Amino acid sequence: MADLILAPNLENTDDFYAELLAAHEGLSEAAMHALNARLVLILANHIGDQGVLRQALEAARAAAR
Amino acid sequence: MVAVRYQTAFRLYPYAKVPDQEATAPRRHPVVIVGGGPIGMGLALDLGKRGIACLVLDDHDGVGKGSRAICFAKRTLEICDRLGCADPMVEKGVVWNLGRVYRDEKEIYSFNLLPEEGHKRPAFINLQQPYFEQFIVEEIRRQQAAGAPIEIRGQNCVTAMVQMGDHVRLDVDTPDGPYQIEADYLVACDGANSPVRAMMGLDFEGRVFEDNFLIADIRMEADFPVERRFWFDPPFNRGETALLHKQPDDVWRLDFQLGWNIDRKAELDPDRIRGRVAAMIGADIPFELVWTSIYTFRCCTMKDYRHGRVFFAGDSAHQVSPFGARGANGGMQDIDNLGWKLAAVITGQAPDALLDTYHAERKHGAMENIKNSSRSADFLTPRNPAHALFRDAVLDLVEHFPFARPMVNSGRLSVPCTYDAGPLNGPDALPEGPARSRPGSPCSDAPCGDSFLLDHLRGDFTVLTINTGCPAALTIAGKEIPVIAVSTEDDPSGPLAARYLGTCPAAVYLIRPDQHVVARWDRLDLAEIESALHRALGKA
Repeated sequence: MADLILAPNLENTDDFYAELLAAHEGLSEAAMHALNARLVLILANHIGDQGVLRQALEAARAAAR
Repeated sequence: MVAVRYQTAFRLYPYAKVPDQEATAPRRHPVVIVGGGPIGMGLALDLGKRGIACLVLDDHDGVGKGSRAICFAKRTLEICDRLGCADPMVEKGVVWNLGRVYRDEKEIYSFNLLPEEGHKRPAFINLQQPYFEQFIVEEIRRQQAAGAPIEIRGQNCVTAMVQMGDHVRLDVDTPDGPYQIEADYLVACDGANSPVRAMMGLDFEGRVFEDNFLIADIRMEADFPVERRFWFDPPFNRGETALLHKQPDDVWRLDFQLGWNIDRKAELDPDRIRGRVAAMIGADIPFELVWTSIYTFRCCTMKDYRHGRVFFAGDSAHQVSPFGARGANGGMQDIDNLGWKLAAVITGQAPDALLDTYHAERKHGAMENIKNSSRSADFLTPRNPAHALFRDAVLDLVEHFPFARPMVNSGRLSVPCTYDAGPLNGPDALPEGPARSRPGSPCSDAPCGDSFLLDHLRGDFTVLTINTGCPAALTIAGKEIPVIAVSTEDDPSGPLAARYLGTCPAAVYLIRPDQHVVARWDRLDLAEIESALHRALGKA
């Protein structure tokens, strides 16, 4: 089973982060949540590997404050 | 006195006094079935055809009114084929394969239920439940005329029961007063509110879904296409879902999601329902209301489906949401599983332990049905903001991207489960064989000469050989086992080979009376078959 990559993996982290914020520009809170939900589903389909996705869900939950 | 709980559509087994009621001591019956719905009657037909005497006790004298279950799956029709009553069902039923899903007024995608050729029966038929029950009872009457030991007693209501060690004693009330009988085995097919389960004080646990649905079955002559249409958030039922489905006799099933906090009485007002229907189908189309009902649902199961000499089958053992048509279809798989096992134990061919496997296998099937129908309900009835968030995200995406189509869940339609790791399974010695025909799986149908493969699997243990020579019958452990010897030439179109051989040149299957695969090999080895048969009869 493939392992979820948790070490830095983006070519240009700052560029991606800025684009992520820009995509949320001008949206209401509800629209932001909806955007993120769509994004999660699109990325999940791209990843495709349920084992990796399960690790991602666990990592996201574990990092909650 | 026997209370009337509902109106009947067809009076099929009127009350008649029987000698048991005058007997000085309670008479003993090998199998008593409580409840004359489709599951109880299906079991009676199966047992009767096997020569096992059985008695059905029903507290009414016919089939309950109202369409209720309307979708019968291919596997159910295959079981009914084995029981001899599928032809009138398919003849009367409406065959459909196409489903369309709408959001608001726009179609977001459509699906074909049976993209695969080479099956005798369609993926689904729509048929009102009273017809389904009637066709089973009509076959029972034919079998009775031919000597099958089936008895049906209408307006016989079980009021008390006690397990006595080697039998069950029942108190039965009738219009002529109470009497007692005894049963070697009792099968409770008495529905989701099972009185037998209540009398035994047994559990029934699960989830209640906080939602109401209105069914309006209407008669109209409209040239709407024969397909299943499902709406999310349509203009005529804002914020909720709706369903349109065709039944025989120009009857259409309309199903409106209503939400949780409703005024039930107001919603059942016929004028209000007529208004809803007109808004859905168009104000200019004349129609008549045939049956209306508001239902809520839960997904529940008993912990154990066997308690000594008492078995639970159908809704009495497990209840699912209606999405996916897994209720009646799941129940028919229960009796398909239980019938041959009871017969084998009663005739001394198998030990009592075989009956324990009814629970093991059917609980597995029920949990699969509960899982699927709960997931559909979560999609249709979001229970928290996250459910709603992702449901709406899926519906937003599906209009643009095909990847989201499989995420839309308006019901995962009933398919039979495979008894993976089941207690009766033998070896899979055909490692390259198709996964769909692995041990525990229900046999896939396939063209076979001028008929279909499942037509040849008539309710006995059967050996199926493909591309390998074999005598017409095998004698194994003193018992004659029928053999179906076929070759790929029996189906030049290909499904037979694709479903049973894959890339293998030849194969031998041992198949159970309920058409599930016990074991498979790449060649005929009588000692291997004997050992697998031994295990499949619960002797291992």
